[in-house]
Amino acid sequence: MLWVRERPGANIVFRGARVLDPTEGIDATLDVRIDDGVISAIAESVDTNEHRVVDAAGLVLAPAFVDPHVHLRTPGREDEETIASGTAAAAAGGYCAIFAMPNTDPVLDSAATLGALAEAAERDADVPVGFLAAITRGQGGQELTEMAELADAGAAAFSDDGVPVVSAGLMRRALQYASITGRPLALHCEEPSLSRGGHVHEGSVAAELGFAGYPSVAESVMVERDLALAAYEEQGIHLLHLSAAESVAALRRARDAGIRATAEVTPHHLVLTDEAVRSLDSNVKMNPPLRAERDRLALLDALRDGTVEAIATDHAPHARHEKEVPFEDAPFGVTGLETAFAVLHTRLVRPGLLPLATLLERMSAGPARIFGLARPRVAVGAKADVVLLDLGREWQVREESFRSRSPNSWLLGETLAGEVALTLAGGAVVHER
Amino acid sequence: MTSIRLVNDELRPPGPPPRRHLISVADLRRDDVERLLDTARTFESALDREVKKLPTLKGRLVVNLFFESSTRTSSSFELAAKRLSADTLSIKAAGSSVDKGESLKDTALTLGAYDPDVIVIRHPQIGAPQLVARVTEAHVVNAGDGKHQHPTQALLDLYTIQQQLGRLEGLHVAIVGDVLHSRVARSLIQAFALVGMRCTLVGPPALLPRGMAAEMTTDIAAIQAADVVYVLRMQHERMEAGANYVPSLREYTARWGITPERLRAGQKVMHPGPMNRGVEIDPRVADSADALVEAQVRSGLVVRMAVLYDVLTGGPVGVEALAAAEVA
Repeated sequence: MLWVRERPGANIVFRGARVLDPTEGIDATLDVRIDDGVISAIAESVDTNEHRVVDAAGLVLAPAFVDPHVHLRTPGREDEETIASGTAAAAAGGYCAIFAMPNTDPVLDSAATLGALAEAAERDADVPVGFLAAITRGQGGQELTEMAELADAGAAAFSDDGVPVVSAGLMRRALQYASITGRPLALHCEEPSLSRGGHVHEGSVAAELGFAGYPSVAESVMVERDLALAAYEEQGIHLLHLSAAESVAALRRARDAGIRATAEVTPHHLVLTDEAVRSLDSNVKMNPPLRAERDRLALLDALRDGTVEAIATDHAPHARHEKEVPFEDAPFGVTGLETAFAVLHTRLVRPGLLPLATLLERMSAGPARIFGLARPRVAVGAKADVVLLDLGREWQVREESFRSRSPNSWLLGETLAGEVALTLAGGAVVHER
Repeated sequence: MTSIRLVNDELRPPGPPPRRHLISVADLRRDDVERLLDTARTFESALDREVKKLPTLKGRLVVNLFFESSTRTSSSFELAAKRLSADTLSIKAAGSSVDKGESLKDTALTLGAYDPDVIVIRHPQIGAPQLVARVTEAHVVNAGDGKHQHPTQALLDLYTIQQQLGRLEGLHVAIVGDVLHSRVARSLIQAFALVGMRCTLVGPPALLPRGMAAEMTTDIAAIQAADVVYVLRMQHERMEAGANYVPSLREYTARWGITPERLRAGQKVMHPGPMNRGVEIDPRVADSADALVEAQVRSGLVVRMAVLYDVLTGGPVGVEALAAAEVA
């Protein structure tokens, strides 16, 4: 279930846009009319019905994006992000729906907390928000949350993101119990006895710089364990922020064997490697860490062929003073909502490494599928969840222009190609440049 | 003074040179290393005089900011600055505002308000010197940051090897012990490569960093082939029960301890100190004529004088200052 504040549906006509909806099989220059927030006409020429007309010549109109993995820091760290600021950032990034992780303070592990958040979202959210609830109480890894009640209250899925479910026995119980809710478990795969103390991918860069290593195998052994348990219990799982080639290989084998497993990858793991850590910039510190080039290429391959079907930002705002410390002292995590499309368009689509249609699918229909959300589409009768993209427009990532309350982007100062010109979410205009 | 090369006016860079730091050996080129060692030799000859103080850095302020305990490095930097007539301010983390939870950034900003010319920093976290360089106007010298770098140690070791063996290029050094947790080893590996020396890392499997671009072996017999055996300190905290880097200190000593029996006659032995006699190094080795430990400490003083001089004067460009000192 998603929550958003109520807003009047838009009445708008896009004139001469390149309409690109890979799942609907459309790629043509067309007019699109939206009446009261619903797409009412798609044709070479449509009547304006006296609506506002947007000249979209040279721009791409596509299904808006869905982010399966965002940290809104609410409740508890409203200095870093709020529902209002986080959803404004999402709107600016072209998103029509986002899913927030439960590792807040307090942890979202009860229907009461979920109810309070839902109420806040109905008041403050620019973009529809879904909430994941914790798998274990307080994310403590000891006792299951009341998943049935949480599901009834509208929890989108269950996750202890930020920390793994260490006990295999408890993970099995979680899979068994979650089956009655029909909601997937979204898993942060990390074997803590292998990653312990690690800040940087274990490889030549960590060896040279002296950082404690966080090896790929710390992720992949947990991926293998969870896939084995999911197979045994015949339950679906979603693997969060994959980073290692071995994890991708395990996922591919599991999917070939018919196990219901989905996965996501972040823009930073698709674009950067551990070489970026040489800067010692705490804005390239995240969990899982940036890995080697072979891992990055494996993730890109998996994204292309659909083994990994979603791009997730893992948008993780942190206060400036908490990141302005030596690398090892800094918390894990970077922001991403406002730069995800532009950076992937610039670094992957433009150089010919990823087709634009694939990128759009993995940012929209792919993640929508994971949590059972109706896929945003450009089709007559559909609620207007669309994004207007100016692919040629170059812009510089600057702290002052962020809607997010936190400045911890790894792209500060970079010039990116591809700007979100306008976002419609749930039928309303939520962002316009 | 013949060892310092003068640079023609027209070859000088226009305007004031950029702020110079010494943060990592990776930032140095071979000619930087040669210049620093030359300068250190010049200072060494100056120290033979009856009055050992040079007026070279008179009126300059050198702040020593030590967030980790250190005897030889902090005393050596302090004495180096004093020998060059700089004012010094030494701050230890214990008893300072750091105890009250002040962030490194704020400590650096506070000290930066005194306009120090050089901040020498030792800190348990990788990258702390870069952070200080970013938020202050001072020249920053890294006196050890976590497991990352200890560039003045590497320079003083090169100085010692050159002094004792007469050359650097072509020599072979075996570094033995806990390479994984050693900033000294990381700096040395880069420094040896820079001057054309061969380096082999020897130690227990879990203490050799995976992915390190270097020759590595677990076989202690490999030290036989080296001209110099460089012994790393075995840190007791790594040996705590449950850490399991090695099963026990006893087994480490039996397998990788440097004993007279494992050395070839005439092989030189170095150690960055402080030594654990009877653990990584047999006392007979530590006390032998082939152990260069005291020479290393002596080299530390002149090399750190050279480093302070170099970051402040821009190396050969500022050679007049040293010439003036010679006159004085």
